[in-house]
Amino acid sequence: MNILPFVRTRRLGKVSVSAVTLAHGGGGKAMKDLVDDVFVAAFDERGEPLEDQARFDLNTLGAHGDRLAFTTDSFVVDPLFFPGGDIGKLAVCGTVNDLAVGGARPLFLSCAVILEEGVAVDLLRRVTRSMAQVANDAGVRIVTGDTKVVPRGACDKIFVTTTGIGMIPVGIDLGVDKACPNDVVLVNGLLGDHGAAILCARGDMALETPIESDCACLHGLISALLAAAPGTRFIRDATRGGIATVLNEIAEASHVSIEIQEERTPIREEVKAFCEILGLDPLYLANEGKIVAVVPAHQADAALAAMRGHPLGAHAAMIGRIGSEIEGRVTMRTTFGGRRIVDMLVGEQLPRIC
Amino acid sequence: MKYVDEFRDGEKARVLISEIETLVASMALPPDRPLYLMEVCGGHTHSIFRYGLEGMLPKEIELVHGPGCPVCVLPMGRVDDCVAIAEDPKVIFTTFGDAMRVPGSKKSLLQAKADGADVRMVYSPMDALDLARRSPEREVVFFGLGFETTMPSTALTILEAESEGIRNFSVFCNHITIVPTIKAILDSPGLQLDGFLGPGHVSMVIGTAPYEFIANFYRKPMVVAGFEPLDILHSIWMLLKQIKDGRAEVENQYARVVPDAGNDPALNAVSRVYELREFFEWRGLGSIDHSGVRLREAYAQYDAERKFTIPNVRIADPKSCQCGEVLKGALKPWQCKVFGTSCTPEAPLGALMVSSEGACAAYYQYGGQRRQAEVV
Repeated sequence: MNILPFVRTRRLGKVSVSAVTLAHGGGGKAMKDLVDDVFVAAFDERGEPLEDQARFDLNTLGAHGDRLAFTTDSFVVDPLFFPGGDIGKLAVCGTVNDLAVGGARPLFLSCAVILEEGVAVDLLRRVTRSMAQVANDAGVRIVTGDTKVVPRGACDKIFVTTTGIGMIPVGIDLGVDKACPNDVVLVNGLLGDHGAAILCARGDMALETPIESDCACLHGLISALLAAAPGTRFIRDATRGGIATVLNEIAEASHVSIEIQEERTPIREEVKAFCEILGLDPLYLANEGKIVAVVPAHQADAALAAMRGHPLGAHAAMIGRIGSEIEGRVTMRTTFGGRRIVDMLVGEQLPRIC
Repeated sequence: MKYVDEFRDGEKARVLISEIETLVASMALPPDRPLYLMEVCGGHTHSIFRYGLEGMLPKEIELVHGPGCPVCVLPMGRVDDCVAIAEDPKVIFTTFGDAMRVPGSKKSLLQAKADGADVRMVYSPMDALDLARRSPEREVVFFGLGFETTMPSTALTILEAESEGIRNFSVFCNHITIVPTIKAILDSPGLQLDGFLGPGHVSMVIGTAPYEFIANFYRKPMVVAGFEPLDILHSIWMLLKQIKDGRAEVENQYARVVPDAGNDPALNAVSRVYELREFFEWRGLGSIDHSGVRLREAYAQYDAERKFTIPNVRIADPKSCQCGEVLKGALKPWQCKVFGTSCTPEAPLGALMVSSEGACAAYYQYGGQRRQAEVV
């Protein structure tokens, strides 16, 4: 027996006020208008009936691969708009990348928002339009979501949570525990741009720099990398904690040592100078468009060429090598000829006094 | 980076290391007694670890990481005072970032913030004053911390507040002075130090003359050193040269920044605003006479110690901590009983584990190569 679910008829309302109020989270007409006018209008161009869940055809999904990849992430950035991106772009790119680094093809996203009472509706529109634009460019669909409004002060303007589903093609099996001695460590470009851009954008240190966030969806680059270097052991996007954290995770999980070369590690001069002034270490600065990949040595050249051939990999570099010296230890050979340990970051980096 | 990369040239470093090795070889040092050279300043400690300098030096040279990290020598009782001020609901308490994690007897400023105190990180005292301008209904307190390096900027901020007639701004003054501290170390029983790398930033303000007593009275050489790795290696070479020649002088390697006579406008602001305290408590080193400053009576309205009721309780350092011995160079960080066990950067028991400039945190984070060799 075929049971038809209750189907709401689409009735696009208009939000008539300029700021979000608690009524927009109350479940009534105000909320429906907000959802229809802001979210559905941005994310759903197909005009299909709204359900409480998105539905997927398994046969269609199965054509993309043999395993489902599923991930979620919350975004709470301050400020909401910064050079090179905004919270919406970040929320789409971050979840797309979390799927892509597992080798998955990203397909569908959810978007849950927590709004602070008083947030301008126009601000919310800008965020959702940005999400829609990035998702469209990335070839993924935002298919479900949720809206909550909390009293003023209970959250900081807008918090976004995106959950993503993708499919992993047959034969791809990446793992943080798969790095082997003599493998090489690659990155796809200049490190630390996002962390530096956000710190500058907060504007509380009177520093003006031209640094923009590197926020970008990386599945195209990763797909090119995997095609050129099918033996790739592991990929991770180096977000919070920077590449230092990712390298430590690899060294620990794979029971290997890693040595990177400072002179090969690509960092923008402006980011170096910024870190110099504040006593920060760019290896620990967040990125939103950079991956660390571990590739067998014999595929390193092909992997590097594939990354450099992609617009998001122009500055790709081989920064180091996996070793077997001391399990779990990451070191850096400095440009100066010395050697230092690159450990996990404790807490957050705090600027030094002098 | 212009004017920076020149001082990070690996090729020049190899030449310098080779000259240091030649110099050390010509000194015929006993095998069981390395030369102990103290870098006074935490900024030097940071550079030494960041560039892996220790591992590049011959084994006859042992670097001792001195007391020049102001965050590290801050006594627990003073952190408690900060927390007490910060927990006053009408106060916005402002501080440099690395003071946020320093443990007090009950909590750090970071924990006080989590508990609801309005603690904010600033990058200069002028940022704190600006906050006061923008928050007339609140009292903005700046945690004045650091050696002569940061002392002038706090003084100038107070003078600015005075000229603008700003009333809701004050400073909890914990500024300290380097010279009595070096003297206290030189007076320590069983002193093993053979020479000092003088603090570059402090010297930029006070010049080189205040260190003359180290050479003249204690017969120890000092070289005021810059912070780039080549600066440090060059300064070590200069110290070794003095030791080899049997000289004890104050030399200025950092002359591109440090004028021998110091910086007059900065010194004027300092002497106008501050006066010496009779004594000041240092974490790990105990009380040192005339080693701290407070605001003069004329600036009482900007003095948080007078504006607020402060517990001012002296809290003894945890018994298990051996920060004092490490600060004086008697112990290496990893020889401390609690290093890396109950005292880690995540949960620092001793102050040297707090700031990245602290010797223990630097060892823990950057891992001295010799230490690495010992534990392997």
